Amino acid sequence: MGEPILSVRDLETFFRPDEGIVRAVDGASFDLYPGRTLGIVGESGCGKSVTARSILRIVDHPGKVERGEALLRRGDGRIVDLVAIDAKSAEMRDIRGGEIGYVFQEPMSSLSSFHTIGNQVVEAIRLHRAVSAKEARDRAIELLQLVGIPRPEQRVDSYSFELSGGLRQRVMIALALAAEPRILIADEPTTALDVTTQAQILELIRKIQADRNLAVILITHDMGVIAEMADSVSVMYLGKVVESGPVDTIFHAPRHPYTQALLRSIPSVLAEPRSRLTTIAGSIPHPYARPPGCPFHPRCQNFMPGTCDRSAPPVTRLDPEHEVRCFLYEAPAEAVA
Amino acid sequence: MVTYILQRLGLALLTILAISVVSFVIIQLPPGDFVDTYITNLAASGSAVRAEEAAALRIQYGLDQPIWVQYWKWLSRVATGDFGMSMEWGRPVLEVIGDRLWLTIVISIAAILVTWGIALPIGIYSAVRQYSIPDYVFTLIGFVGLAVPNFLLALIIMYFGFKLFDLNIGGLFSAEYQLAPWSWGKIWDLTKHLPLPAVILALAGTAQLIRIMRANLLDELRRPYVTTARARGLPEWRVIMKYPVRAALNPFASTIGYLLPFVVSGSIVVSLVLSLPTVGPLLLRSLIAQDMFLAGTIVLLLGVLTVIGTFISDLILMWIDPRIRAGMHG
Ligand SMILES: Nc1ncnc2c1ncn2[C@@H]1O[C@H](COP(=O)(O)OP(=O)(O)O)[C@@H](O)[C@H]1O
Ligand code: SF4
Ligand SMILES: [Mg+2]
Repeated sequence: MGEPILSVRDLETFFRPDEGIVRAVDGASFDLYPGRTLGIVGESGCGKSVTARSILRIVDHPGKVERGEALLRRGDGRIVDLVAIDAKSAEMRDIRGGEIGYVFQEPMSSLSSFHTIGNQVVEAIRLHRAVSAKEARDRAIELLQLVGIPRPEQRVDSYSFELSGGLRQRVMIALALAAEPRILIADEPTTALDVTTQAQILELIRKIQADRNLAVILITHDMGVIAEMADSVSVMYLGKVVESGPVDTIFHAPRHPYTQALLRSIPSVLAEPRSRLTTIAGSIPHPYARPPGCPFHPRCQNFMPGTCDRSAPPVTRLDPEHEVRCFLYEAPAEAVA
Repeated sequence: MVTYILQRLGLALLTILAISVVSFVIIQLPPGDFVDTYITNLAASGSAVRAEEAAALRIQYGLDQPIWVQYWKWLSRVATGDFGMSMEWGRPVLEVIGDRLWLTIVISIAAILVTWGIALPIGIYSAVRQYSIPDYVFTLIGFVGLAVPNFLLALIIMYFGFKLFDLNIGGLFSAEYQLAPWSWGKIWDLTKHLPLPAVILALAGTAQLIRIMRANLLDELRRPYVTTARARGLPEWRVIMKYPVRAALNPFASTIGYLLPFVVSGSIVVSLVLSLPTVGPLLLRSLIAQDMFLAGTIVLLLGVLTVIGTFISDLILMWIDPRIRAGMHG
């Protein structure tokens, strides 16, 4: 696999509204490789989007990246820590869109209804490439063609509300790819779409990834999407990556009780690839009321009183690529970093 | 698109018709008819009117006919520009109103432009830097501005202008241009006199507009398209000015039409204090004097102007809002 293009370590992003503190991301670590897809999966509210936004440093107020690092290997070989550089700096803006493209969940509200889609795609191109308005427009039309929009010469002048949901999401992908980034973050790119369109969009992402050797972070709450798309998987629960490993390991030898519960909640991964996760016992705790110890313990079938509710379980490396955060697998003291 | 404009136009004509009915009712409001008032007025000045003469006048004005015939006759006269006589001034209504109508429009537009020029940038700043110290300061000044009546402000400014700079701030013209016919010199004189009353009138709406702009923009700043713009590497100020500010400004286009009557009615007292030659004080005076042709005409003209303003806002909204344009195709 070579060197990772993006390496996230112990990332912490907190929201500090007046009411308290929300540890939206509470120690997330993962690696991303060119040409591969990392799936980030977990129930709604577990911090997937905030993790992705932390990487681009576009977390909404009052959120703040507090700790950790996100090491990006730039096109020229330099390694920059996205957590350390100024979110307003020219370098960060250069990376946004230029190195990392972002596809959002809501294709309707993520596009301006006062500007044509061409206007927005051209803007994205010219922010990162010194091309004339005419060239940028031609490129925009090519991009719309590439993402499978029919009659792109005409669509380039339409508004987002004149397109169907599927076409809008294709525009979002074109927008994210406008400046030829090497990383694509797709945050629930198909959640708002019907099943047929979902499959088409996933296929499109896969095709573009193969053509451009893109590194993809695919965020979803849908294990079926993970099974179809991901090479490796990070399972998140309440801001923490609780288990990570190659997709086969996660599906066939899951270790964390939460991963197991996620998989059990799908009747059959192969028969119904896009089932939703709905049937894990209990509900996600309120963000202000994080359980002490292992945050999953109130819902865990393997809960060990006196251990799991006392302190947070450390990360255990089961094999070079498989890690789990659970007391059931706690390694001998000297192995824990 | 054409059907939309025709629709709007039809609606505008209907509204104007309704306004004409209201104006006619206003004219008919005082007890007795026009001739009674005429006779009373003449009697007050010592001359009597013979009964035949009164009857002739009634027939001339159609007062012996059913009310809707009277309305129709009145409307026909109005359509040809004959708005009747002002009782109090003894001159045709149009002559009494004179330049006041246009001056009212000029000063209202000036006041609206000043309001926007002050309120929109402050509203934008307050939203983008929500809860910053300047945001609190602007909010405070805004509320003080809301609480202080405008005429008081006008008086204070006049007082200090006179005291400190020996300025006589009242009116829209210098003495030598007051009655002069229109000329470049008079227009320049007006331009010089315009800013102060415009600012004083503008302050009324400013505080409120700051709040509206701030709230609109705060709403828009939370929307996903803002994050998307950021995520493609757009500098922050361009993100804000191009997308959420654009969206937050949109509703203002639709308010243009209503601003005129708002400014006119809100400005009556200030106009009195600053002795501005606008229609506001004239309307007030004509109502007190029961000078009904004058009052009815002013209401009619303001109403028609408002309808025209609303029609223009519709066109502007159509021009700037792609969603409305699209809605018209399909
Ligand atoms: N703007 C915000 N203000 C306060 N809390 C937020 C904000 N955005 C997200 N959060 C909190 O961060 C947590 C993670 O949210 P998110 O990353 O959007 O979840 P996911 O994408 O996994 O569904 C949630 O508990 C949410 O309440
Ligand atoms: S640490 Fe304890 S509560 Fe948490 S997942 Fe493991 S067994 Fe369950
Ligand atoms: Mg999300």
